[in-house]
Amino acid sequence: MIENRPWLTFVSHFSLLLGIGVVALPVWVALVASTHPSSSFGAGEIPLWFGDQAVENWRSVFLGEASSGVDVPVWYMMLNSFIMALGITVGKLFISLLSAYAIVFFRFPFRGACFWVIFITLMLPVEVRIVPTYEVVANLDMLNSYSGLILPLIASATATFLFRQCFMTMPGELIEAARMDGAGPIRFFFDILLPMSRTNIAALFVIMFIYGWNQYLWPVIITTDDAYYTLVMSIKRMLAVDQGDIEWNHVMVTTLLAMIPPVAVVIGMQKLFVKGLVDAEK
Amino acid sequence: MSVYFPHKKLPYLLVLPQLVITLIFFLWPAEQAFEQAFYQEDAFGLSREFVGFDNFVYLFNDPQYYKSIWVTLVFSFSVAFSGLAIALWLAVMADRVIRGKLTYQTLLVWPYAVAPALAGVLWWLLFDPSMGPVALWLQYFGVDWNHFLNGDQAMTLVVISATWKQISYNFLFFLAGLQAVPRSLIEAASIDGASPFKRFWTIVFPLLSPTTFFLLVVNLVYAFFDTFGVIDATTQGGPGVSTATMVYKVFNDGFIGLDLGSSAAQSVVLMFLVGIMTVIQFRYIERKVEY
Repeated sequence: MIENRPWLTFVSHFSLLLGIGVVALPVWVALVASTHPSSSFGAGEIPLWFGDQAVENWRSVFLGEASSGVDVPVWYMMLNSFIMALGITVGKLFISLLSAYAIVFFRFPFRGACFWVIFITLMLPVEVRIVPTYEVVANLDMLNSYSGLILPLIASATATFLFRQCFMTMPGELIEAARMDGAGPIRFFFDILLPMSRTNIAALFVIMFIYGWNQYLWPVIITTDDAYYTLVMSIKRMLAVDQGDIEWNHVMVTTLLAMIPPVAVVIGMQKLFVKGLVDAEK
Repeated sequence: MSVYFPHKKLPYLLVLPQLVITLIFFLWPAEQAFEQAFYQEDAFGLSREFVGFDNFVYLFNDPQYYKSIWVTLVFSFSVAFSGLAIALWLAVMADRVIRGKLTYQTLLVWPYAVAPALAGVLWWLLFDPSMGPVALWLQYFGVDWNHFLNGDQAMTLVVISATWKQISYNFLFFLAGLQAVPRSLIEAASIDGASPFKRFWTIVFPLLSPTTFFLLVVNLVYAFFDTFGVIDATTQGGPGVSTATMVYKVFNDGFIGLDLGSSAAQSVVLMFLVGIMTVIQFRYIERKVEY
């Protein structure tokens, strides 16, 4: 800051606090709602302070079935969400690291063609070609399976491009030195390239985990078997009851449970996440 | 870079996994969409007939489709502009404060991690016509809030939910952009007697314009595609079709209405649109990144 203007400083802090308040408001209300018995909601006014049912609600939702529409307990759907999120994250990192390595550090026929095939997937989300993608997965007999949840979503090139950019900034002397020391391409990859891109990998891990955890449309479409429901998509089933019968207290416990892992990752790894995000898009 | 590993087979082995996944789950479905767009299929997928451009002709003569384009435009631009404006304001404020910057940032970034569908549910609770605190408060002031019946109110609800989630993203980019503005420029201007307000509009904002343009594109893409969950979890496109965006319509016509030809034709139109947006974004990114 250049000059001292107490009035402007006050406005700054006030705006930020107001912004934080508005941003946090829905979560606050959800938290309050999750501590009341369901009878509190039919009366026509949502309570504004905490009730005494917090432990019962959270326990019964976490261990029991979320609603009449879903037959598996919430902890099980949470497990599915973890499997899906980690599968997408690890799978994407794996195929992207390898293909970016090939494209940057090797010269081979059809390199340009490979590059373009990968390139055209950039930013074309699965939402756009939803029906044919569903049919392909159905043809491969992957409906209601973890591979069906994971594989179609790792077919995007964002991570490849990020690693490509990261690798391209590495000095050529590095390879020369490695080769003089007798290291082959595989040794170079594991001993030099991977350690050097450690922070990039970690940052991408955070972003991809959130992306995978928060998937909604894809699991809604390809899972009809409760055993493969993920937490975020199960919200749709919980809300799809006759209007008056939505058990808001249970819905809110589920919503908060579905928010906790990704929010914890963002806050806990804030520095890496911010770096990954700003790097990823610039 | 000019040094490469001489190897004949290894690079193919390295690109293979990504290529296989891309071919099966990306190019094959995309090709299917193109093919289906030229066929008329019965609802059970038993028989189909080549119809040429009929699906497209039908689509572009369908007032419902124009309605969904309009809904998409209103929704996307509302989300993009409100998200950018609020985030810019907060970022400028955060850039000013000396103490507690990181704390403010932490308290503002977490909505990024919330799934769009969950954001929709959270705001639905606040705006529920029969018990939501905000809805009751609005009713107290004479606004008859019921987003189940009123299309404009349903649109407002999904715009608020989608914007809420996106503010943190924009905030981070604006803050990074603001911190890259050279302090010497600001100092020079303030020695010349420029007020903070004037400094912002004549120096800071022009320097931020690349970030702003980039964010505008990203936000439009987000509003187009990633907000499916917001709409499906809260209004399901309704009431009527007042919140049915183009992406929602592809899903709805394909999976609920089982009109595969029309859904595929819509997919093709959308792919074309995303293609254009990608080119714009990529040209812009390429220009900015120096290898």
